[in-house]
Amino acid sequence: MAQTRTRTRGQEAASAGDPFERHGVTPERALELLREMLLFRRFEEKAEEAYAIGKIGGFCHLHIGQEGAAVGSILPLRQDDYVISAYREHTQALAKGVKPDAVMAELYGRATGASGGKGGSMHIFDKSARFMGGHGIVGGQVPLATGIAWKIKYRGEDSVVVCFMGDAAVNQGGFHEALNMAAIWELPAIYVVENNEYGMGTAFRRVSLTDMVQKASPYGIPATSVDGQDVLATYAHFRDLAATVREGGGPRFVDLRTYRFRGHSMSDPVSGTYRAKEEVEHRTKDDDPIVHLRDKLMAGDHLDQAGLEAVDAEVRSVVNAAADFADQSPAPGPEALYRHVWAHLNPNGRLCLDGRGESPWR
Amino acid sequence: MITKVHMEALSPTMEEGQLVKWHKAEGDEVASGDIVAEIETDKATMELVARGDGVLRRIILQEGGTAPVGEVIAVIAGADEDISEVAGASANGGPASSGPAAPPPAAPSAAKGADSPATPAAERVEDTGRDGERVKASPLARRLASDLGVDLSRVEGSGPGGRIVKRDVEAAREAAPAAMAYAADESEYEDVPVSQLRKTIARRLAESIGPVPHFFLTIDVDMGRVIQARQSLNALLEQSGEKVSINDILLKAIAAALRKHPDCNAHWQGTTIRRFNAVHIGVAVAIDDGLITPVVRNAHAKGIARIAREVRELAGRARERKLQPDEYTGSTFSVSNLGMFGIHEFTAIINPPEAGILAIGGIEDTPVAADGQVVVRPRMRITMSCDHRVIDGAQGSRFLATLKGMLEEPTAILL
Amino acid sequence: MAMMTYRDALNAALREEMERDPDVFLMGEEVAEYDGAYKVSKGLLDAFGDKRVVDSPISELGFAGLGVGAAMAGLRPVIEFMTFNFAFLAIDQVINSASKMMYMSDGQFPIPIVFRGPTGAALQLSAQHSVSCETYYVHSPGCKVVTPATPADAKGLLKAAIRDDDPVAFMEGELLYNFRGEVPEDDDYVIPLGVADLKREGSDVSIVTHGKMVHIAMQAAAKLEKDGIQADVLDLRSIRPLDVDAILASVRKTNRMVYVEEGWSFVGVGAQVAHIVQEEAFDHLDAPVLRVTQADVPMPYAKSLEALAKPTAERVVDACNKVLYR
Repeated sequence: MAQTRTRTRGQEAASAGDPFERHGVTPERALELLREMLLFRRFEEKAEEAYAIGKIGGFCHLHIGQEGAAVGSILPLRQDDYVISAYREHTQALAKGVKPDAVMAELYGRATGASGGKGGSMHIFDKSARFMGGHGIVGGQVPLATGIAWKIKYRGEDSVVVCFMGDAAVNQGGFHEALNMAAIWELPAIYVVENNEYGMGTAFRRVSLTDMVQKASPYGIPATSVDGQDVLATYAHFRDLAATVREGGGPRFVDLRTYRFRGHSMSDPVSGTYRAKEEVEHRTKDDDPIVHLRDKLMAGDHLDQAGLEAVDAEVRSVVNAAADFADQSPAPGPEALYRHVWAHLNPNGRLCLDGRGESPWR
Repeated sequence: MITKVHMEALSPTMEEGQLVKWHKAEGDEVASGDIVAEIETDKATMELVARGDGVLRRIILQEGGTAPVGEVIAVIAGADEDISEVAGASANGGPASSGPAAPPPAAPSAAKGADSPATPAAERVEDTGRDGERVKASPLARRLASDLGVDLSRVEGSGPGGRIVKRDVEAAREAAPAAMAYAADESEYEDVPVSQLRKTIARRLAESIGPVPHFFLTIDVDMGRVIQARQSLNALLEQSGEKVSINDILLKAIAAALRKHPDCNAHWQGTTIRRFNAVHIGVAVAIDDGLITPVVRNAHAKGIARIAREVRELAGRARERKLQPDEYTGSTFSVSNLGMFGIHEFTAIINPPEAGILAIGGIEDTPVAADGQVVVRPRMRITMSCDHRVIDGAQGSRFLATLKGMLEEPTAILL
Repeated sequence: MAMMTYRDALNAALREEMERDPDVFLMGEEVAEYDGAYKVSKGLLDAFGDKRVVDSPISELGFAGLGVGAAMAGLRPVIEFMTFNFAFLAIDQVINSASKMMYMSDGQFPIPIVFRGPTGAALQLSAQHSVSCETYYVHSPGCKVVTPATPADAKGLLKAAIRDDDPVAFMEGELLYNFRGEVPEDDDYVIPLGVADLKREGSDVSIVTHGKMVHIAMQAAAKLEKDGIQADVLDLRSIRPLDVDAILASVRKTNRMVYVEEGWSFVGVGAQVAHIVQEEAFDHLDAPVLRVTQADVPMPYAKSLEALAKPTAERVVDACNKVLYR
């Protein structure tokens, strides 16, 4: 049977004793988490700026407001654990170890990008970091995660796969098929809904009668809910969960509650018909994961204003360097157009049938 | 009555012609059959005759200009007839100008680029039959017609809606090979600033070395007896003032040898090989701007003196570019002799659809072993290029052996 | 050589490749305990165990995607669809994930996966179980499509497909499973993808085809022979990669082509092949290319209508006569 437990919100819990001790996170580690969240915030702000001046094109989905979810869920993982996600994945890639330069260059569509400029914002891949991609079809990555978990079990390895999706993905058939198979075969997968309450412009409550945390219960997958704006709670939660799954505990489902401070994508409004301006203002002001952790660190005398500014200056320089790197990187040349459509040049027959005669696959 | 003067296909392979000279000026009276202009084709300078009566009202293609076959280059009409409908329009189907028909600017060949407005007309000309109607032919039939020199506008199609298909072209070719001499070539080429002749040579040679599977046979011939024979013959001819050359004797010997080896005197026709009884030898002649191969017809039946006269006469007119198409088409076998240039030995490229060509080197005094002694003999090298689809190695070798025998004992030619 | 059915040839290929490479596993509906809906996987569960021969839930999208994920992570899955007609549910994973992953990731993630199962019509299965699905897959760069027609080809091509590093849609036929033929028993009998097979040599007309229709084409060629017409029957064997050279060689020889395919004509395989022929052998055509395809309707159930909808040897003969201007 599914076990459902709901954590209390981060800021309410803060009054009950030392938050670092309670979550088993040292203040030093907490400072690292703060630095990562700040890096992600500045990175996304830089992407926002670059998009506005046309350096980045296409769809671009920012993670601003959800940094605690990314940091808290991915930093506890091992290097050989897998992460796979949807299309709001820039900072998840960074959290898994993809270099800021490579992510920014990918957003810029440059040859030096994580996917050689062929994927863009929605398709960041890094095999060496075991970041298995941003995927653009809602829910499409969920069966893939099940397959990666299948491989882990097939080979008898002890890594885990963490699969992120937005709250809208749980209404896709593939989600249910994938979770069911993970359950019957007891695969080492953690399915995480980054529940920011809106699938694009549709509130989750409008498209589901049941609560998020119930979505995996038909398949017998234990589910939990955690406040993604409380990075300490999130970190502790995933640290423990990964250990359970790694030990053969079977798949898990997490309702990772968070909030998006920006529009669905760069071309969508922050608020309007689907959520009130006041709601966004309130959440942005009162439920910023970076502010929450900053306050805790300052309250515990682990950080002062000067220290904070130093961290901010350092991550800004990383982000600026990434933007400069991207800007100075070459666009992919024409030789890249037909490259990597196929794994190998085929010795027989024609693989490319566009008749243009430029392809090496003819 | 308005008569359009077209750039006509004046040689079998002509795609476009250069206007050398107008024999009539605008305003001159013209009768049907009058020579109106001289056109340089890919082979020769030809005369263009009027095909209607009236006044030469408008010259569209100026002297020095080039136009594809089929393009309107002038207009003949009654003195007062309204020619605005035709005078501004060329065969490329451009809209007739509504105002006074201004002639298009003269197009000297050097300035004519690939994007010349005349080019589309060149692409379309083969679609047009005698009546100006579109000829429907399968792509294969078009290519075949081009290869065989068949004029599609004269072929009845047996396919749906009268489409000319492969079998129709083959039947037309069988029925009237002679009628094909003036067919327009179907192929298309870029309008590059080289002479018409050079264009043809380039295409023919490239076509030959591409699809024709060449192989080569070389034989050494002792020419002592031929040299003696030439002296005797010239002594006999002394009174007539005529002379024969080694080459003339060679041609006679080749013709006689080919009569004994009809398998080498043949054309490749795709589905059939045509072996000829008659021997028509194409003789490569170098002219200012390339080469041309006038044909000595029925060489097997002609005496050496006659062959000598014909070759001299044909070569002379070839150099003046006055050969008529029937004088340089229809050979069954070709010979190229570069001996006079000091060439020892070379290979020649087959002139399709012929199956063979001989490359003749110069006669050189060469030490050879004879009866255990080294002696110096006048030797000559002959290299035969064979189309392997028609001639196999043994067949070619047997022919060469016969030829060698005839040259080393010329009386054998009489056998 | 051994005489065996197409079904057993596929079974042999699976067995040999699973023995050869421990990363190969078979997943699909009814493939394990039931021995396969069409018995292609008969005995494999006993031989390889339930880790490698896996009964899936009826979740085509889910297990197709699972296979792609496993391939991303380094395994070589063989995913069986009971029929490709059910794989419409899964095609998002084949097109959007399997076929694009290599490119989207700039070469980081090849997807060595085989999706296999029958395609096309059997007998009176009506509209939803009779679709020839090749074109849906072959349309997409990144996905290979293989259509064996004989037991020997089934074995040699499946082995090649499993060893291939790209996604392969491997399309069989319900009516082919019982077809018998000589099959090499060699463990390394691998037919490279992209090599067409001249199943019959002629000089007058080229019948080009793939998959099950090879047999219709052979019947048509036999009928034509009685009229003195010699037909080339060229079996493409794989549609991507496509053996263009073999197609052009045949057309250059005969100057006319009829394409026979089981699927619908509109934007069909024959349309693509005809395009290539007109582009690259235009001057060799003595007649327009004709196609014999399924009628442009969903497959009807009634025997009378089904017969009208499917390509037949008679229709192929008629088309050949047309391009021969007879």
